[in-house]
Amino acid sequence: MANPTPTLPTPTSAYGASSRAWSWRRTLSPTGNMGDAVFRALLFGSAFVLLLIFGAMIAAIASNSVPSMRAFGFGFLTSQVWSPIRGEFGALPFIYGTVMSSLIALVISVPLSLGVAVFLVEQAPRRLARPVTFLVELLAAIPSVVFGLWGIFVLAPFLREHIQPPLANWFGWLPLFQGTVTGIGLLTGGIILAIMITPIISAVVRDVLAAVPMSQREAALALGATKWETTRVVLANGGPGIAGAIILGLGRAIGETMAVTMLIGNRPQISLSLFEPSYTIASVLANEFTEASDELYLSALIQLGLILFLVTFVINAAARLLVWSVTRGTSGTARA
Amino acid sequence: MSASVQSADTKRRAVSAVMTTLTAACALFAVTMLVLILGYIAIRGIGSLNLQFLIDTPKPIGEGGGIGNAILGSLVLLALASIIGLPLGIATGIYLAEFGSGKFAGIVRFIADTLTGVPSIVVGVFVYTIIVLPMKHFSALAGGIALAVIMIPIVARTTEEMIRLVPASLREGALALGAPQWRVTMGVVLPAAASGIATGAMLAVARVSGETAPLLFTALNYKFFNFYLDEPIASLTVQIYNYSISPYEEWHSLAWAATLVLMAQILVINIIVRFFTRKRF
Amino acid sequence: MIHLRKTLRATTALLLTGVVSLALACSPARDGATTTSSGAATGGVVRLQGAGATFPNPLYQKWLSEYGKTNANAQIDYQSVGSGAGIKQIQEQTIDFGGTDKPMNDEELKKAPGELLHIPTVLGAVVVTYNLQGVTETLSFSPDVLTDIFLGKITKWNDARIKADNATINLPDAPITVVHRSDGSGTTAVFTDYLSKVSPEWKEKVSTGVSVSWPTGQGGKGNEGVTAQVKAQPNTIGYVELAYAEQNKLPIARLKNKAGQFVTPTLDAVTAAAAESLAATPEDMRVSITDAAGASAYPIASYTYILVYKDQKDAAKGKALVDFLWWAVHDGERYTKDLLYAPLPAEVVRRVETKLNSVTSGGKALRSAQ
Repeated sequence: MANPTPTLPTPTSAYGASSRAWSWRRTLSPTGNMGDAVFRALLFGSAFVLLLIFGAMIAAIASNSVPSMRAFGFGFLTSQVWSPIRGEFGALPFIYGTVMSSLIALVISVPLSLGVAVFLVEQAPRRLARPVTFLVELLAAIPSVVFGLWGIFVLAPFLREHIQPPLANWFGWLPLFQGTVTGIGLLTGGIILAIMITPIISAVVRDVLAAVPMSQREAALALGATKWETTRVVLANGGPGIAGAIILGLGRAIGETMAVTMLIGNRPQISLSLFEPSYTIASVLANEFTEASDELYLSALIQLGLILFLVTFVINAAARLLVWSVTRGTSGTARA
Repeated sequence: MSASVQSADTKRRAVSAVMTTLTAACALFAVTMLVLILGYIAIRGIGSLNLQFLIDTPKPIGEGGGIGNAILGSLVLLALASIIGLPLGIATGIYLAEFGSGKFAGIVRFIADTLTGVPSIVVGVFVYTIIVLPMKHFSALAGGIALAVIMIPIVARTTEEMIRLVPASLREGALALGAPQWRVTMGVVLPAAASGIATGAMLAVARVSGETAPLLFTALNYKFFNFYLDEPIASLTVQIYNYSISPYEEWHSLAWAATLVLMAQILVINIIVRFFTRKRF
Repeated sequence: MIHLRKTLRATTALLLTGVVSLALACSPARDGATTTSSGAATGGVVRLQGAGATFPNPLYQKWLSEYGKTNANAQIDYQSVGSGAGIKQIQEQTIDFGGTDKPMNDEELKKAPGELLHIPTVLGAVVVTYNLQGVTETLSFSPDVLTDIFLGKITKWNDARIKADNATINLPDAPITVVHRSDGSGTTAVFTDYLSKVSPEWKEKVSTGVSVSWPTGQGGKGNEGVTAQVKAQPNTIGYVELAYAEQNKLPIARLKNKAGQFVTPTLDAVTAAAAESLAATPEDMRVSITDAAGASAYPIASYTYILVYKDQKDAAKGKALVDFLWWAVHDGERYTKDLLYAPLPAEVVRRVETKLNSVTSGGKALRSAQ
């Protein structure tokens, strides 16, 4: 008698009732593997915690901003007056200060950080790269209070005596470089921010560049590229990672409080000159939050915090859009 | 070789040489900045650095005093923040990298980016509202949580970037051998991205070690040694801040000395972590 | 895979240790008494937490250290986080006692869940300091001249009105740079309170508060920020607490007081300002003593207060607190002058004694008349 044709086990018969009923395990993991399901649940849970934190923060901030929103409406965004005594508040000078100081910081820091990262990964001999990497990361370890103090005692006088006068002399016809030279102002704030975010951007970019496979470099060199042209290929490969690094640095610049407060002059005004004092949202929060006593004052400050979130949203969205439009054609990271 | 090719060649070489010098100059500039700042801190602070300074508690003006309790307090706060923040941050980063193509992941990524820009004082006030007020205490726990909230987005985003950089071949190889996805991620991808993740973690640690504002609202400060997590606790950054805004030159130099200790602390942690995550292959 | 097992084991071990130590550390088993704020009575050691004004911080640290030498069972801590924070925290009862330079107003008092007492501890002065090239003598200012400088109406150092008070001094022909505070502070509140009293124009245009809109000048963060900016830039004028000007060897101006005398802010002049104002000082001690009457009074002086609840929830902590404050206004006053704080006049100490005797816990007075 021939062997009966073996019947293939159908899913329903092999796995029993659980195959038809809905189960957590199968929802979480396409393979039905228990480990995968748990893994996915844990990771999803962590991401959810982040969402919860953000949600709670926004809820707390928004609910406390309501009195101020009711009192000023949209005028809050366009008014330049900040007078706690008279109860008149406006956010425009702070938005300007935050955006401008972060912009100055990025303009100075991004080329600098990219240069440092390229040097460490592409050009420096290993013996030199290790200690220099360490040193640059050490910059990130300095507390912001200390940056502020160093700025007051060293950077501001240096700028006042050696950098700003020549700038005023040669470029004084530009509204950017007019006004009294005191060493404390928008430019100084931007410079100290640049120094603070450089280690962040360069550390991440260094790792990104180091992860680009050697085959990319070898291929470029084999085609006769010079060192710089090879580097350009490597940079293009690391595009999204570099963008992430810059956004991280930008985040630090927008939210930085102590160092900026000590060096930006703390005057709520909008002026085209980089030498004039300015005021950022983080600084005004640090300066006035603990002493603000009445409802409306506190609410206006908290609404400034809400606006900071919005500003960060907009800048991040713009940056992502830019990266997406530039890397749309390329394939992203190379596959080895 | 034709003349035009030759001249184009020279031009390209020249450009390359210029750019090489420029990048070296950038690195030199960055290192110079560090040396200037570190040097200034060292000059102002080295005078006050001695053994007594490292084990004593703060004393009134004119009687010296030390930062022993602040050193311990900062370590406790950092440990708390890391225990809470690192696993959550790394797990979120893995999530974004492994399952990161959906809409939900896109939202989480965007929110993480936004959260890296929150001023630390806002985080401090937030944790004050949800933890200190209900507890009716300032506490080390609240301080650790505030620092963790600052750490999580930074660690998440850098972890994601680093995992994305792991070549697909490694992942595909492991999958081809029949390993389930979680095994692939934990056993193959993570170790490969380990040093990059460590960079992110160290950046976050360096960042929160230097934060003052959130601690002022949560852990306050303390002038004795403290061993309970639901009590205020001393920290190096708040002590540095307090010393530096005082009128006394003596306390100013204590602030600089404390800064040196803080940076040494972070350096040591950095070295230890780098040692354990060094590339072994 | 061996790697993985080791890593998993290590991570689990670490997490478990962390969780266990957290649990142990937070365990409430160690303190028996329930507390509403930090600290507890554990085997005789009472922990008290205070926070608030930065101005008296060096003195309070000295007091706590000296008091702790003879009272080891009281572990009292004070942190300087600012008057506003001190007021907020005592309202929320996250601390046991608060410190503030400016007294709380009625609105703020209503927010507190119980009656709050203002205990004055010591006096301080806000001084006018400047950095004038080539001038080593002490300058003198009349109230109207000072006001107009800060209003931006007098813009040059060699203005005739400044010269009128400083006839023997050679003033340079240079623009005045005003330096004020950029952050909210009790120092600003006291200074602007004085200017509002002596100038109706200031009162109308700028008024008084911890944070005002300055008509002119640059902002420095904290007393130390203003000090640094005045020290570093020529031809500047600013206002700081006395200790900052003294410690940084900055010149201190003489001011004309209500009686028409030019007074240097010595500690005696400050105490005189308080003594002369006693008639106008209400029972709860919330008073402004700027522009005080009296020939020797310095015009910009102020009290600093400690805030305590009249009815203490925890008797042991309440007693420790009241005992410390009693010691502070009696024995503690001998440490004030060395640190450049002005001691309380005798009559004020008597009033403080009455207040401390009125502090109760559960209906019983904490200090039996001693």
